[in-house]
Amino acid sequence: MTTLPALGGIQVERDELISGSEAIARACVLADVDVITAYPIRPYDTVMQYVARLIANGELDCEFIVADSEHSQFEMVKHASAVGARVFVGSSGVGWFYAFEAITVTAGLRLPVVAMVGNRALDDPGAFGVEHNDALAVRDLGWLLTWVDTAQEALDTALIAWRVAEDPRVFLPCAISADGAFLTHSQQIVKVPGKKLVQQFIPPYNRGNLVLHPDNPITIAPQVNEDWLMEIRKQTDEAMRRAKGVLAEAYQEFGDIFGRRRDPFIEEYETDDAELVLVGMGTLAMPVKVAVRKLREQGQKVGFIRVKWFRPFPTQELQQSLSRFKAVGVVDRDFSMGSPSYGGVLFNEIRSALYPLPQRPAVVGFIAGLGGREIRVPDVSNMIDMTRKTVEEGRTDQQTHWIGVRE
Amino acid sequence: MATVAVEVVYRGVFQKSLAKEICRGIVFAARKEGRIGTAFGRYGDSPERNGIPAKQYAVVADGEEELEASLSQYEPAEVDVTIALDDTLCKGVESWAWYGLQPVNKLVKENGTLIVTSVQSPEDLVRSIHRNGVPYNLAILRGQPSFSGLWVYRDDHTDVRVLGALSKSCPQLFSLASVEETVKEQWRSDLKVASARRAYERLMTRLVEPGEGNPEEAYSYHLLPWQEMREGVVVPAVPKGNGFRGGDKGFEPARNPHFKKFATRSMRPVVNFDTCAKCSLCWLHCPDGCFDITPEGLYDANINACCGCGICEEVCPVKGAITMVNEALFTENGSQYELWKAQGKEGYQTWVGEKVTAQKGFGQWSHGYHHKGQYETELALASKEAQ
Ligand code: SF4
Ligand code: SF4
Repeated sequence: MTTLPALGGIQVERDELISGSEAIARACVLADVDVITAYPIRPYDTVMQYVARLIANGELDCEFIVADSEHSQFEMVKHASAVGARVFVGSSGVGWFYAFEAITVTAGLRLPVVAMVGNRALDDPGAFGVEHNDALAVRDLGWLLTWVDTAQEALDTALIAWRVAEDPRVFLPCAISADGAFLTHSQQIVKVPGKKLVQQFIPPYNRGNLVLHPDNPITIAPQVNEDWLMEIRKQTDEAMRRAKGVLAEAYQEFGDIFGRRRDPFIEEYETDDAELVLVGMGTLAMPVKVAVRKLREQGQKVGFIRVKWFRPFPTQELQQSLSRFKAVGVVDRDFSMGSPSYGGVLFNEIRSALYPLPQRPAVVGFIAGLGGREIRVPDVSNMIDMTRKTVEEGRTDQQTHWIGVRE
Repeated sequence: MATVAVEVVYRGVFQKSLAKEICRGIVFAARKEGRIGTAFGRYGDSPERNGIPAKQYAVVADGEEELEASLSQYEPAEVDVTIALDDTLCKGVESWAWYGLQPVNKLVKENGTLIVTSVQSPEDLVRSIHRNGVPYNLAILRGQPSFSGLWVYRDDHTDVRVLGALSKSCPQLFSLASVEETVKEQWRSDLKVASARRAYERLMTRLVEPGEGNPEEAYSYHLLPWQEMREGVVVPAVPKGNGFRGGDKGFEPARNPHFKKFATRSMRPVVNFDTCAKCSLCWLHCPDGCFDITPEGLYDANINACCGCGICEEVCPVKGAITMVNEALFTENGSQYELWKAQGKEGYQTWVGEKVTAQKGFGQWSHGYHHKGQYETELALASKEAQ
């Protein structure tokens, strides 16, 4: 098949058949990213392959550095971001963990690095499939963290990520999580916007007087000890709080410019008259939506809520939404060994977000789809049944259930 | 129309681009008829190894909702059409991990179609395909299976010929007209449009009844429940092999009983024990340690372990002592040394002669490029054939 003509200069929207990974690489072209660093690990490597191809085709003009390890890879973008370059980086599973020292300081130094995490189980034992524990590891550090569920959403969210991360009110790094295989490797038709519109949406990255430059003599990250550190943490905390509003603004304007309007933080599906809902993140949405439609045909009042931004956590949104239901089943594609109720990370966060409410729904936890195991429609029906039973049996069983484990 | 799912079974690396182009072509052609689709590879197959059976899929539906169910699966539960891009895959699909051996038609639904690119007769193919339990159609797209390398794409029109054949076998997917339009747009070649049409016109189809085919049960693995698995991610290692046999002369190494390899190859070595110089080079170079050393000091390629890479033939200094022969010419995986002993020199030479002669009918090695300029020569030939 002949290659498509270069899109770099094309201003009109067009359709492309691309995977979630390719969509994010395409977003790099649209956002005119300056520096991209790479180190291969599956499934993230599909992004770097596509970036390399876009550069080879003359569609993307950037510094593309294939590093000697993930640690160097993330260090490089951190420094590039400090001197004012728009950057993109990414990894998966233990690759992401290998870069962790750099990842930690990136948030502390308020550098708006945008990263893609192709979710993958943490080896050993070796497994390429999706598990959310890799990306979730940044949840306490000051990284913005989101999950996308289609290639279109991957492209759109990447554009939003640069805009919000580089907003001077925020200046925080942002990780876009994409489920390995189901999103990173599936090709769908994606609407690729024209570059002019994107430029209208994402202003140039301007670090102002924080930029590392000879004309602006500064030192970044001196030793601070107990004299300064708590205040620095508080600044990051405030930036994360502000990010909430900046995200809402960005989604509003994204809709105005590109015509695709979405709720920024959560997606509600068939919830209007629902009595119970499942909650989850990422491509889990697909089998759940299919199951919800099937059960609704049988008269069951069930719905689904997809959490899109995990950091900042949509606390108010979920409080308002979930307090309408009798029971909530939270599906985690992650684990948190030894946590309260031996539940998943999302389960415990949601339960904690609901605690201040006078009227709390029952919350049941499910751990499913680890290591990329498929979550099938019957699994979803099963989880909905178990959630319902909890209410019928007097909410005694607000515990964690493993779904799809061989026993 | 509900969803229509198409599976493309192919040889890893050598046919990866071909499979991808076909799946993308399906999505584009379906779009011509107002349908949406997705194309994806089976995740566990990648990173691909040379020749290992692998799969890609295209799923087409009327709307987003119908498509949704397919987007969170590694492979559909059943497909309307399976396309086998190499006919030796009819013996079964054994990919990496614990899938076992999947019959090539495993996912084909009742009255669905298996399309095979092949020069074999339908009868020969049916003999090697496992029984399905339901009737299905076997369609043969006549031609040598198309193989290329990692970085080159053999533009011999197999891509568009498969699309043309699909519109015949599965009219609910799209019409020939949509294929022609797509080929024109995506490939920009009138010659390719003609190839697609000709494939549509010439496709041979034969109904396969449930009782027909290879009666063997494809091997599979029993996966343990979590309570019964050893803790600490520990699995048993390969047990000790037979070691020395017949005194201290022969040697039979240990092999993994779980991972057989016979479905991963499209060719196998035929060893001529009567001309072998016992130099041991094949044994030294075989990447998979396939050679059992016989008490006579001969080297017997263990056909259950051989991946068909052809290195033994490359390194053998005696012309004709090892010949790579197309897998389609074999029905079992027994030891050639045992055959040699049982049949005696004359009988064995007849057998070797038959295989080597029959191999000539298949032309080149079935995969890869082995000398400079081979791609160009073959391309010219293939284009001529297509015309
Ligand atoms: S083809 Fe020859 S070298 Fe290759 S795996 Fe088989 S026996 Fe070994
Ligand atoms: S390389 Fe050829 S001659 Fe040497 S031992 Fe093997 S089969 Fe015999």
